[in-house]
Amino acid sequence: MGAAILRLRTEIEARFETPLAFRRREAELIPTGIEVIDRLTDGGIPRGNLSEICGPESSGRTALVFAILGQATRRGECCAWIDAAGVFDPASAAEVGVDLERVLWVNCGGNAEHALKAVDLLIQAGGFGLVVLDLGDTPDKEARRIPLASWFRLRHAAERTGAALVAVERQVNARSCSALQVEMRRKGPVWVGKLLRGLTTQAESQRLYRVRTAEFTAVR
Amino acid sequence: MYACLYGRGNLALLVECARGFSPHIEENPPDTVVFDVRGLEALYGTPAQLAKEIERRVGVPANVAIASNPDAAVHAARGFAGITVIDRGQEAARLAKLPLNLLGGSPETAELLHLWGIRTFGDFAKLPPLGVAARLGDEGVELQRLACGQGFRQLREMVDPLEFEAETELEYPVELLEPLAFILSSLLGEICGRLRERALATNEIRLRLTLENGELHETSLRLPVPMLDHKAFLRMLQLDLNGRPPAAPVVKVHLAADHVKPRRTQHGLFVPSSPEPEKLELTVARVRHLVGQDRVGTPEISDTHRPDAFVMRGFSPGQAVATATPVQAKCSLCLRRFRPPRYAQVLVVNQQPVRVSSPTVNGRVVMAKGPWRTSGEWWREDAWNRDEWDVALEAGELYRLYQEIDSGRWFVEGSYD
Repeated sequence: MGAAILRLRTEIEARFETPLAFRRREAELIPTGIEVIDRLTDGGIPRGNLSEICGPESSGRTALVFAILGQATRRGECCAWIDAAGVFDPASAAEVGVDLERVLWVNCGGNAEHALKAVDLLIQAGGFGLVVLDLGDTPDKEARRIPLASWFRLRHAAERTGAALVAVERQVNARSCSALQVEMRRKGPVWVGKLLRGLTTQAESQRLYRVRTAEFTAVR
Repeated sequence: MYACLYGRGNLALLVECARGFSPHIEENPPDTVVFDVRGLEALYGTPAQLAKEIERRVGVPANVAIASNPDAAVHAARGFAGITVIDRGQEAARLAKLPLNLLGGSPETAELLHLWGIRTFGDFAKLPPLGVAARLGDEGVELQRLACGQGFRQLREMVDPLEFEAETELEYPVELLEPLAFILSSLLGEICGRLRERALATNEIRLRLTLENGELHETSLRLPVPMLDHKAFLRMLQLDLNGRPPAAPVVKVHLAADHVKPRRTQHGLFVPSSPEPEKLELTVARVRHLVGQDRVGTPEISDTHRPDAFVMRGFSPGQAVATATPVQAKCSLCLRRFRPPRYAQVLVVNQQPVRVSSPTVNGRVVMAKGPWRTSGEWWREDAWNRDEWDVALEAGELYRLYQEIDSGRWFVEGSYD
């Protein structure tokens, strides 16, 4: 596919004697701080765009996003966590190294519509480096009802304000609106003696028709 | 340079006008205000242009005088009609024609000078200083110095009460919030205007509505940073009143604002940008209106072992620190906490949970580790005492369950993710 596009491009440029004006703008990438994920995503999550991190319960989605959040607050960025189901655990976030003073938490108490409105208001306000929309516990049926236009609107707002918008979901909902999709799959818990010591997960990234996988363990 | 305004019966207006030019004002009864105008050349040009601007702004008939010292300016304003500008060094010559009764002093001294045939400032200024000192003492010397237009004193500045309040009584009770917004807008505009004149801002606005049934409806906006945007205040008050409307029609509106110094920050070139505090406050108010007052903010973990103990604080991130060097992120297993915990029926065999049933969490337990007993604050009514379990269901989900020791009931506290 890539070779065909390249050939077509060369032919058009030769015919019209000018390079094609349209080029995909290279987005700034924010490293997640987890080496395997950074390799998987070619450097991290894109700033000024929408990324989706999805997977079933206990697949390590929250561990990954908390790591990204921790890195962002460590850089001194202001972050917002819009929590549709109200499941954000401040103690877990603090353990990962998230500076809670730089996180605005919006607990929508199970109302996904309110979460969408809140994320829209906050991202339009500007100044946030990372905005997380947590739909991880929103039922599939409800999440699927979010119109594509809403995702486009959020992506456009993120482009305008330069924020990295990350959606945590059970499945991919924004489809073509998102620049990066990371699907998480649980491989299994790590038990040591009488303790739950971690969770091994597999992450799969789809970007520009390339599918890559990586495995990592969230430890406790 | 000092400017003086003199106008009969308009002292309050003169003071208000003077405040528009300088914070250093002396009220000099009767009907005279003198204020410091040093440094205003860059804004208004020559002293004559400044005097014209003062006359234009005062709005009532008043004499305007500008001189190098406060006393000369006062005497010129009281003695000459219209605009008078006295250049430095010309005070004695310009004030010479003024009648002596403008000079003040004790009645005895005034009478004595009158008997001597002294009628004007110029006549008094010509007297030999040593003779004046011998016959009239210190008072005579001081008065002669004033008659010569020489003054060295500082302004006796009036104390500004700095109260920023505004209220209005309505002719008829207002029931709807929209017409009330017009009234609030006008009062907020007035208060913000007064704060702006004094180069101040506010961090708290209090609204008191007197209702038709005699009750009071009070609310206050506490701002994390000093602000001075009356449109933002109006929007925040509207959101507050929409969320908690008055119980009866409003008959009186009272607004008060605390005054603080305005926010001045120097942003670094290499620190990440953060939301503008003014804009952020309005956005947070909108989000609060949407999801609820206590559901938006920054969680602060309480100093206790109680599970899920935190308090919600207002979001005020402050100045970002310089960019930290990148470090390897810690990837930890996190809990997604169900609020409130979900009641579950748990089948226990050999003191181990083997099956969990609840409306959202169902399945056979393939691995269970525990129990981990936690308890605390037994002296309080909301003490906790429970056994915690980490369980894996057959589908692969990981949950934290707990059983209350007292009631024996089981709950799903959250899922590991």
